[in-house]
Amino acid sequence: MGYFAPETLHDALILATEGKVVSGGTDFFPSLKAGKTPQRIIDVSRVREICEITETPHGWRLGAGVSWSTIIRQPLPAYFDCLKESAATIGAAQIQNAATIGGNICNASPAADGVPPLLALDAKIELQSIDSTRMIPIGEFIYGSRKTKINQGELVTAILVPRITSNSGSSFVKLGSRKYLVISIAMVAAVIQASDGKIQDIRIAIGACSEVAIRMSQLESDLRGIEISRIDQFSLTKKHFTELSPIDDIRGSAAYRRNVVKEISLRAIRRAIPHG
Amino acid sequence: MDDRGPCQKIEFSLNGQNVRIEPQTGERLSASLRDRLHAKDIKIGCDAGDCGACTILLDGHPVCSCLTMAQQAQHRRIETLSGLLQHDPKAKQLAKSFHDCGAAQCGICTPGMMVSALALLRRHHQSLDRQMVEEALAGVLCRCTGYQKITQAVLLASDEEKEEFAKPTTDIEGKKRTSPSTNGHITEIGQSVPRLDGEAKISGTEVYGADMVYPDWFSVLVIRSPYPRAGFELGDLEDFLHHNDGIEAVLTARDIPGENRFGVIPDFIDQPVFAETETRFRGEAIAAIVGRANIVSNFDIDLFPVTWKPLDAVQGFGSALGIQAQLVHAYLTDNEMCHGIVQRGDPEGAIERAEMIAEGEFQTSFVEHAYIEPEAGCARIKDGRLEIFSGTQAPVMNQESLARILAMDISDIRIVPAAVGGGFGSKLDLSVQPFLALATLKSGRPVQLVYSRTESMQSTTKRHPAQIKMRIGAMSDGKIAGLTYDGTFDTGAYASWGPTVVNRVPVHASGPYFVRDYRAKTRAVYTHCPPAGAFRGFGVPQSTIAQETLFEDLALSLNMDRLEFRIKNALKNGESTVCGQVFQRGVGIRDCLQSLAPAWREANRQVSQFNDGAIAAGLSLRHGTGVAGGWYGCGNTSLPNPSTIKAGITSAGTVVLHQGAVDIGQGSNTIIAQIFATAFGISIDQVSLVSGDTDTTPDAGKTSASRQTFVTGNAAKICGESLRLQVMRHCNLSPEAMIKPLPNGTLLIQERSDEFVLELHQMPVNEDGYVLFAEESYDPPTKPLDENGQGIPYAQYGFAAQMCEVEVDIQLGTVRVLQFTAAHDVGKAINPLLVEGQIEGGIAQGLGMALMEEYVPGRTENLHDYLVPTIGDVPPVRSIIVEVADDCGPFGAKGLGEHALIPTAPSILNAIRNACGARLTHIPATPSRVLEAIHALRHD
Repeated sequence: MGYFAPETLHDALILATEGKVVSGGTDFFPSLKAGKTPQRIIDVSRVREICEITETPHGWRLGAGVSWSTIIRQPLPAYFDCLKESAATIGAAQIQNAATIGGNICNASPAADGVPPLLALDAKIELQSIDSTRMIPIGEFIYGSRKTKINQGELVTAILVPRITSNSGSSFVKLGSRKYLVISIAMVAAVIQASDGKIQDIRIAIGACSEVAIRMSQLESDLRGIEISRIDQFSLTKKHFTELSPIDDIRGSAAYRRNVVKEISLRAIRRAIPHG
Repeated sequence: MDDRGPCQKIEFSLNGQNVRIEPQTGERLSASLRDRLHAKDIKIGCDAGDCGACTILLDGHPVCSCLTMAQQAQHRRIETLSGLLQHDPKAKQLAKSFHDCGAAQCGICTPGMMVSALALLRRHHQSLDRQMVEEALAGVLCRCTGYQKITQAVLLASDEEKEEFAKPTTDIEGKKRTSPSTNGHITEIGQSVPRLDGEAKISGTEVYGADMVYPDWFSVLVIRSPYPRAGFELGDLEDFLHHNDGIEAVLTARDIPGENRFGVIPDFIDQPVFAETETRFRGEAIAAIVGRANIVSNFDIDLFPVTWKPLDAVQGFGSALGIQAQLVHAYLTDNEMCHGIVQRGDPEGAIERAEMIAEGEFQTSFVEHAYIEPEAGCARIKDGRLEIFSGTQAPVMNQESLARILAMDISDIRIVPAAVGGGFGSKLDLSVQPFLALATLKSGRPVQLVYSRTESMQSTTKRHPAQIKMRIGAMSDGKIAGLTYDGTFDTGAYASWGPTVVNRVPVHASGPYFVRDYRAKTRAVYTHCPPAGAFRGFGVPQSTIAQETLFEDLALSLNMDRLEFRIKNALKNGESTVCGQVFQRGVGIRDCLQSLAPAWREANRQVSQFNDGAIAAGLSLRHGTGVAGGWYGCGNTSLPNPSTIKAGITSAGTVVLHQGAVDIGQGSNTIIAQIFATAFGISIDQVSLVSGDTDTTPDAGKTSASRQTFVTGNAAKICGESLRLQVMRHCNLSPEAMIKPLPNGTLLIQERSDEFVLELHQMPVNEDGYVLFAEESYDPPTKPLDENGQGIPYAQYGFAAQMCEVEVDIQLGTVRVLQFTAAHDVGKAINPLLVEGQIEGGIAQGLGMALMEEYVPGRTENLHDYLVPTIGDVPPVRSIIVEVADDCGPFGAKGLGEHALIPTAPSILNAIRNACGARLTHIPATPSRVLEAIHALRHD
């Protein structure tokens, strides 16, 4: 019982076998009901090993405890622009200074702004427990609204983003009803790798239009190999978005979401085209 | 292992001092700082990171203290506004510019704004631009100012800092707003005097309802219905008390000594403090628990002994009317609460004869006031009397309502208004007060009650949703021929100010235009929704949307310039209003509309240029312009609403003004003092102010209906003149002589070379401690409306015309407002700085109503699902102050508070239409609705 603030990952993993894990607190407190405060809280915000961004032989390792402000400030390759742009739309400075990338993923809101960029970056989630470490692609880790594959005793310790060596670009487009502090009606993240003037690879993910943000596999495969100079002639159609299952809610109707995903995807693609 | 055990005590630096506390598991840092360390300069607006009022610097970085674990402060450095003001010269600079610019209105967001701004000012040593300020302040919501003056203040602080840094000896006075001379005899009217209560707001020392606690206090928690309509049975309350240590009392309807009813309109007092057998809206109170703060604030409401039986509820207009409708109140035969009418001439015939007819049906939504301060207060018994300290817009009405509920004598109840963190109409009604009163009476202890954001949104009043059918006919020359209007308003479960809306709307539905043949009918219906009450404009903003949209239809059909069309129909002096009232002076709508003409022409030129370019380039953005007019009668509709002001001079020479007009951020503390000072003939800094307290200030009526400048202002003027007359009686000088209070207990009265010294300390002192004393009242001259709504509903109207430019993304349906130009006829601007503040704030609220605000019970009970404009949504506002003197107003002044919002939404809707053709009839015009309207055009 009580409040624990481990400073090493080892200690955190021992403590995390039981209780509620909290980091920035920005999702924890708004959903807290009076009289229902968890009696055992493991605050991982002081665990140094998970609060760094490091370059690895295969790519980049973003500690789960890295705040959105750190992601915005940290110099990173161009393909991270989608993540940086999404970070800048999560609340405002107050939230970005406290909220962490790991928390955003574990909270698993259908409207989590951090998730489509990580899908588009093909990120993997590193989960550690006291006696094991495993990696799961982000698209598998979150499998429903507020549902993840984390087990009791596990912590999300890092997000691993593979390096892109070819010329790449990336973008994030968020649609909301006001300029700041807004939960997305819909959002798109795109990462494009180009070579010889063609789209060599493209990954597009859409959030807030289905229970879990998802990659647009049909759209991606139709765009692969297209000449960048002819991108404006490419026509996005309804069939590219059949994987989506938007709902009516206070932020917008399902029909509206179906109507706008084409346009915001197009904008995201145009903006993600690498220069040079 | 030290870091593996549970954290007990923590230690950190708060504003440079080392402090130690022992927080509970899961305690918010905001709670630790406010409750354990008395850092009341941190304000709580939402407890969810949506409003930013609780912003602090944690190791120099802004964070919401409500979302920070208390224990995360361990070994870290925390700075709040009060500490910053002590230690950081930049903070002092910023405080000064906030004060000079009028950046604080109600002041509740001010600490959050200033702390966020300081993080920015510390990072950047060069000049800032608007964009940088906007991004730095994006996390803090303000509901009063429209953000313009806040941005301006931060920019000014940054400029001045830079200048001082570069040239430390330069006198920077030259670039500041002209401030009044603070000595000698000057006329205070018309000067941009910074708010007299501004200093407390910009230093975080202002005391709001949640900031006061009495010793040995208990806390109160209200138990509310989770259903829009439900029967309920309470369990064994004795047993509950027995098993819940720390809970000392439970309050229910049975504990009410008087009548379990309150309301604001004499014939419509229908709302129970506690529901008795059935609840009528989600969030209605059925009971309250009273006890030790840590127990009550952590109480799990699922443990309260009550059994609910959800029942079919009336939700929306469709299910409220018709013979099948469930009755919201069993004592009525249907759900209609009341109706209203104003008619003259033969409107149907006139429309029939018209050469052009426009008609339409319109629908608006519940709108939440969303002041950043949730209702809060405390109460105690002192010297045998009940004393309530809480924010309110109507202290004497609170007192009267409580007397009825508690079966107490009015003189045994003292209301001490706390600073109000935004009201906009909702804080006219009772909220926490009856619970506080019952809790302190039953427990015998002082008590505190602070609403959560969710219970504030669930349980307090809203703007009425409206369903409006309207027809207007015009002749080919553009003159309006006739108008019919039929409006239904959803008043929710209880009457509140619904009857006022029903009476006010038919008087105003013509807009500020001449309409000879007219009929406007209104009714209000009960539903199982939160009570709809007063909200800036009492139904007039809703009806103005319908009227100004149809005016747009007519101007377009007649191929007339849209502004010209409105000027052509603008009411003139000597013309009759729809109530048959004729003003010989003071009708300023034409002046307002005409003053927009240069900006209108320029905006239209720019818009067509932009759109030509956008179409040629294949862009999805379109610009558009919109204009709308508005008017609003100041004061109660055909009912007495007197204000009384008293003032006295002590034997020591202090001139004391007892000013009971509650300042909810709009500035009455300053305005009324300016008027009084001018009438008495002294400088404003020689006036000592005693503000609202039912024990010490006479009744200045409620702060609503845009009445304080007009009605209380007149009382202050008469009072000042009366006091001056008394002074002059003592000397043989002309009435124009100058009065100077001197510190030695004398008044010096001068006229050219003649001087007279009034020896105050030798004069007899009255029971209030004054040697000279005046108390005066003013009640606007109105006449009752007859069965056709003909009469004199108001002694004065204020007038407004606003235009805006918007950008519509025709692929997404998103709308960005680019610029507002607002012309307001205020008769005489007593304080231009405060006038601008009202205009900018009104526009921000009107913008929210037009584009994003829709309260849906059960779905938008927080400030992330219910959206109000952020700093990035409100455009620059250019205010044009028009002064067409009013016959009745003090120095010709007219009211303004509500006028500022009335033309805003229709001008935005008209601009959207101008940009893309979409005619929106259902607001808010969310991206979904705008895109749907754009798509509908293609199918036509």
